[in-house]
Amino acid sequence: MNSINVVPLFVIIPLFSAFFISIVGKFVKRNAVYALSVIPCILLSFFSFNALRLLQSAPGHMLLYKIGGWAPPFGICMAVDAFGVFMLVVVNLVALFICIYSTGYMEKYTDMPKFFTLFFLMLTGMNGLIVTGDLFNLFVFLEIASVASYALVAFGTEAEELEAAFKYAIMGSVASCFIFLGIAFLYGFTSTLNMADMARVLATSHSVFIIPFVSALFIMGFGLKAALVPFHAWLPDAHPSAPASISAMLSGVLIKTLGVYALARIFFNVLGITATHLAVFRFLGAISLVIGVVLALSQWDLKRLLAYHSISQIGYVVLGIGIGTPLGIFGGLFHLLNHSVFKSLLFLNSGAIDYSVGTRDLKHMSGLKEKMPITAGTNMIASMSIAGIPPFNGFFSKLIIIFACVQAGYFGYCLIAIVGSILTLASFMKVQRYAFLGELRQACQNVKEAPFVMKFSMIALAVICVLGGFLLLPSLRPFINNAVDVLIEGAKYSAIILGETAK
Amino acid sequence: MRHNPDAGMSIIVKTVTRLTVGLILLFGIYIVLHGHISPGGGFAGGVIIALSFVHLMLAFGKDVASRKLSKNIASNLEAVGALMFLLIAVAGFFGGSFFVNILEKGTPFKLFSAGTMLLNNVAISLKVGVGLFAIFLALVILEGSKKKK
Amino acid sequence: MMIYLLCLILFCIGLYGVLRKRNIVKIIVGLGIIEYSMNLFFVLLGYRTHGRSPIEARTENVLNMVDPLPQAVVLTSIVISLAVTALVISIAIRIYEYYGTFDITKIKRLKG
Repeated sequence: MNSINVVPLFVIIPLFSAFFISIVGKFVKRNAVYALSVIPCILLSFFSFNALRLLQSAPGHMLLYKIGGWAPPFGICMAVDAFGVFMLVVVNLVALFICIYSTGYMEKYTDMPKFFTLFFLMLTGMNGLIVTGDLFNLFVFLEIASVASYALVAFGTEAEELEAAFKYAIMGSVASCFIFLGIAFLYGFTSTLNMADMARVLATSHSVFIIPFVSALFIMGFGLKAALVPFHAWLPDAHPSAPASISAMLSGVLIKTLGVYALARIFFNVLGITATHLAVFRFLGAISLVIGVVLALSQWDLKRLLAYHSISQIGYVVLGIGIGTPLGIFGGLFHLLNHSVFKSLLFLNSGAIDYSVGTRDLKHMSGLKEKMPITAGTNMIASMSIAGIPPFNGFFSKLIIIFACVQAGYFGYCLIAIVGSILTLASFMKVQRYAFLGELRQACQNVKEAPFVMKFSMIALAVICVLGGFLLLPSLRPFINNAVDVLIEGAKYSAIILGETAK
Repeated sequence: MRHNPDAGMSIIVKTVTRLTVGLILLFGIYIVLHGHISPGGGFAGGVIIALSFVHLMLAFGKDVASRKLSKNIASNLEAVGALMFLLIAVAGFFGGSFFVNILEKGTPFKLFSAGTMLLNNVAISLKVGVGLFAIFLALVILEGSKKKK
Repeated sequence: MMIYLLCLILFCIGLYGVLRKRNIVKIIVGLGIIEYSMNLFFVLLGYRTHGRSPIEARTENVLNMVDPLPQAVVLTSIVISLAVTALVISIAIRIYEYYGTFDITKIKRLKG
């Protein structure tokens, strides 16, 4: 098989697994279903690292795949560049550990094959969104991931979960409508749906009206998917209501792929970034950062607290990207990777506590350190990462964002980033104090540590947290640096795709 | 068609349904098979096929309809439709790349032409027709379970 | 131009339904109206004056076709909105089971 054929596999493997599990799942034992769901995840992680290796020798540092042999702009193409590979590695690696964790966590749910079907549909949507080079195809994959996530939020079918899912579904669908309207306007103006071709037409046009209007629609639509602050109301309800492994998936990778990746890809590579866009990104990022963390301080529900921190950390990512200098974007993308690792880990910890103790309320747990040493230890690492304590990965990415703010002369935003980091630290000291340290309660005497598979995932993610800082070494830095170059040299994206297909 | 005379709608509706439901199903199949040479196709045909079953359910009640096509079989067939579409797409690898039309194209406006288009339409109609019916059945069963409480 | 304004009015009616109505079912209907106005707008973008449907004919050579791409795109979008509507309706039925009401001001166990 030709090596370029790795690109469509990112869609084929999860889609096949989703429907295969839904047929076979009813007839085979639980362990077989677990095996059927872990193997595709391992394959996907392997292929995403394989794509990273292939990219080095690819012409123009772009894996371009013409579906059905039809050349773009007439056919649909898949285009994976350094930014796409970066996201693929993050998404598939985190999905692998969450899938392994789910095999232990989903024991107590009855309809387990359906869970994995929806999980893989969500993964299909995210992988498809990353690899596609066609704007409408992007919308379709976005909707696949969104619809699967609405259903997963309601998976427990209790009153609160249904309420959260309803809110999320309605707001998410309205956001999708805004995105669709933006695509309609762009199609009406450029007469093409291929992103590269669209960028070419927009670059040569002189209309002052179309880009600001479409930008506003896209910021509303993708901003809601990314839970930036004026559009964040659904996230604190939806993320805690899902099963813990799905909360980790939603907070860890879904809001980043559907929100930040799509936003960055469209604004930097298709519409062409302007100073106004960057100012809007910085502003939205900064207010998300502050409001998210301030609201998190007063929460007593562990998962709800973590959900508010997701808003705040997404604020850091968007602030970093909004600075617009290479260093700022580097910090933003590095923080995106780090956040998806430690926020998944934190949600998995909360799931382990929920699994063993049966509560999410911080007031009802105490001194769990003795009974659940591994959960406590990994939670300590993740908390220190998210708060930005030196040896862990979160420290480096926040430091880079703050340096970039100073370098670009945005001292106000720099101050906001520092204050946000201090408040995050305060909030996670509260978690440590109430959940893990202190006296062991009577009610928690018989608590046991979580099963082996759950411990394995948590330890693996904690190791990534500790070692994350090594990505800054010169030999590993191209992994993120090449992704930054894709965004900085935005117009090159369309030139490479159109140049490759012209051959 | 054995059924409980009290379930469902009046005798007029039942008689008319008995006469038309086969024709509706046949028309749906016609639309699917001619999708590549005339307006229509997998989605439209699939909706018509689903409507014939929904029609049956409205007239005779859910027991008769789910005896024709039970919910388990429906959800399995739906997944089979999706897998079939995916396999046709993957079969394109034999022709060089994903989604390549590997079969003989034939002459235009003949029933067996346009390569894999016909098979794609059949897969889509299976997915849409059975899926839509399964959604309707699920909503009806959900509504019914509430009344028992 | 007039016809695009009608799309906008339809869109605003749907948005009003989603934002202002208190009944869950009316919110779902509002969402449906928004989605239909979007689809209508996209199809209208592809129309050209006196255009014919984009189907090859056996006997004659069709020259003045409307743009077929928006029609394919809108068909996909209709399928997506069908999936979303079915999901939301089933959630609404379950919500009614638990809360005994469709009024969203009474459905608020989640707060903070």
